[in-house]
Amino acid sequence: MLLRILLTLCLTIPLSFVPAEGVTKLILYLVPYLLIGYDILREAGIGVAHGQLLDENFLMAVATVGALLIGFTRTGDYLEAIAVMLFYQVGELFQSYAVGKSRRNIAALMDIRPDYANIRVDGALVQTDPEEVAVGSIIVVNPGEKVPIDGTVVSGTSTLNTSALTGESLPREVQPGDEIISGCINLTGVLEIRTTREFGDSTVSRILDLVENATSAKSRSEHFISKFARYYTPIVCGAALALAVLPPLVRMLFLSLSPDWWDWVYRALTFLVISCPCALVISIPLTFFAGIGGASREGILVKGSNYLEALAQAETVVFDKTGTLTTGEFSLAGIYFNTLPEETLLAYGALAESASSHPISKSIVKAYGKPLDENRVENIQEQSGLGVTALVDGIPVALGSPRLMASLGLRCPELPQPGTAVHMAVNGAYAGCFLIADQPKATAKAAIADLKAAGVKQTVMLTGDSDAIARDVGNRLGMTEVYSQLLPGDKVQKVEALLARKSPKSTLVFVGDGINDAPVLARADIGIAMGAMGSDAAIEAADIVLMDDNPQKVALAMKICRKTMTIVRQNVVFAIGVKLLCLLLGALNLAGLWLAIFADVGVMVLAVLNAMRALSTRNL
Amino acid sequence: MKKTYKIQVDCANCANKAELAAQKTPGVKSATVNFMMQKLIVEFEESANPQEVFEVLRKNCRKASHDFEFLG
Repeated sequence: MLLRILLTLCLTIPLSFVPAEGVTKLILYLVPYLLIGYDILREAGIGVAHGQLLDENFLMAVATVGALLIGFTRTGDYLEAIAVMLFYQVGELFQSYAVGKSRRNIAALMDIRPDYANIRVDGALVQTDPEEVAVGSIIVVNPGEKVPIDGTVVSGTSTLNTSALTGESLPREVQPGDEIISGCINLTGVLEIRTTREFGDSTVSRILDLVENATSAKSRSEHFISKFARYYTPIVCGAALALAVLPPLVRMLFLSLSPDWWDWVYRALTFLVISCPCALVISIPLTFFAGIGGASREGILVKGSNYLEALAQAETVVFDKTGTLTTGEFSLAGIYFNTLPEETLLAYGALAESASSHPISKSIVKAYGKPLDENRVENIQEQSGLGVTALVDGIPVALGSPRLMASLGLRCPELPQPGTAVHMAVNGAYAGCFLIADQPKATAKAAIADLKAAGVKQTVMLTGDSDAIARDVGNRLGMTEVYSQLLPGDKVQKVEALLARKSPKSTLVFVGDGINDAPVLARADIGIAMGAMGSDAAIEAADIVLMDDNPQKVALAMKICRKTMTIVRQNVVFAIGVKLLCLLLGALNLAGLWLAIFADVGVMVLAVLNAMRALSTRNL
Repeated sequence: MKKTYKIQVDCANCANKAELAAQKTPGVKSATVNFMMQKLIVEFEESANPQEVFEVLRKNCRKASHDFEFLG
């Protein structure tokens, strides 16, 4: 194709210096014309045979043949016909290049599909098709390889690069017993993994499936454009016909002027060239595709262009609390009323709790964070429902509820903060209190602030927790509304009430971690499941899936959607605007075929380039 | 029943035309052309025989847009 374009150029330029007239000149110019346009003419013929009068090949054929005719009878200028054909072909070439390139770009972004899995057969590693690996097989992943199938680490320690999946650049450490998801890249050590899923059900397959089918759910803008295209071409062609016939007739019959047939036919041909809707039709899905690709690079999987469009209009964002805004795990939130240094208190507490498997005990041990010398502690006694007593360094230590303290004859002060209080007595005297709570994620506050900055009017938190805890977390994060003590069924009702309250054009987003949330995810305008790679139900029910559990990604997703929609609007207005302008200029005979072909090809090139901006997620 | 076919189509408007033709084929509940992924997703009516419907659909698409091709 490129060769044909260049050859046509080489042939045409010298021709303008050849002194030929009449039929000879026409024949000379027909050579490059046919060279560049033979396939268009052929396709046009086939189209006519199929009853497809208004396809673009037909339009180009009519326009250029018409231009040649005018050249033959009137002006002797054949260059225009060749130029139109030439530019049209350049445009087609560019379009298929740009579309192919962006498709490859986005595919490369999602290039997480593993090609093989290593299986040990008779002591030697054999590369096998991952689809053939049964659940429960042991696979070996060497450094630098992708984890092909979800599983559990059996032996080996390593660090994993999960950035292709989650957009998170920090590598993750794994050791035997850890769950590991396919699509990560093994960085340092050899890992043996027992597979827990088949390849087809593994994370990596599911993600690829999701992204590849994402652009099938079409947005309103896309429906608008394909509708527009359906009417645009026939209308413009009708206008072209009218332009060619009516004004000359009017001039002839009513104004007694010469009809100027050729002049008006030329204007009509300009119309035909402009009537091709391809620039419009290509740029919109391409923009959405690029937007979805850009988002998936950030670990945000959007299931369809329509959700992308809807998220851009979000005004209400409803969060589930536990696991979404908070970590979902107990951790030490503070130490109060301590009579001993915090470090000492924590050491005593951790030692006394060292044998317990209760989540609260574990959170104290974890908060201490240093290796425990079990020789320092003896006589550990768990008192069910109350706490634990032990001898640490020979000193009696008691940890637990106010009732345990009361049994020792001690009174506990009231805590200023909601949460679970673990009081502590050392050597028979009250020594302090650990506040254990489900802490907000480090990014939660910024996430809410980001959303507000992005124009979200209401941030709502729903939780099954007690009112005091909910209010505390809500205030600390700056939520506009908090609803507490909800049963899973109540959450659906709350969301429905919020849906009824919001302004009609805006949308409501529900963000949950996917556990127990499926009905709410489905009920909201847009359901976002986060950190959900483990939960199949959430992926099914959600419209947008965040690969990691960072709530800030919600705001990022919104920004990406907004940017994509801005580009979509720019392209629609720009493409339609330029076309209408050129139609007007063409009708007034201020624009010739040259400008018309720019309106067609130039606009498409610019719209495609603009569309590719949606791929970049920097500087939002 | 839903089926996905691999297609090859170069111009976006041709894809739109073929999509319309596919939607109008009797026995087709819904049809979507995914231009970016070059796929045609067809949902058949419960009562329809997918293979027979597909033969008609294939012809209709080709008629609507000459450069619309089914692969594989």
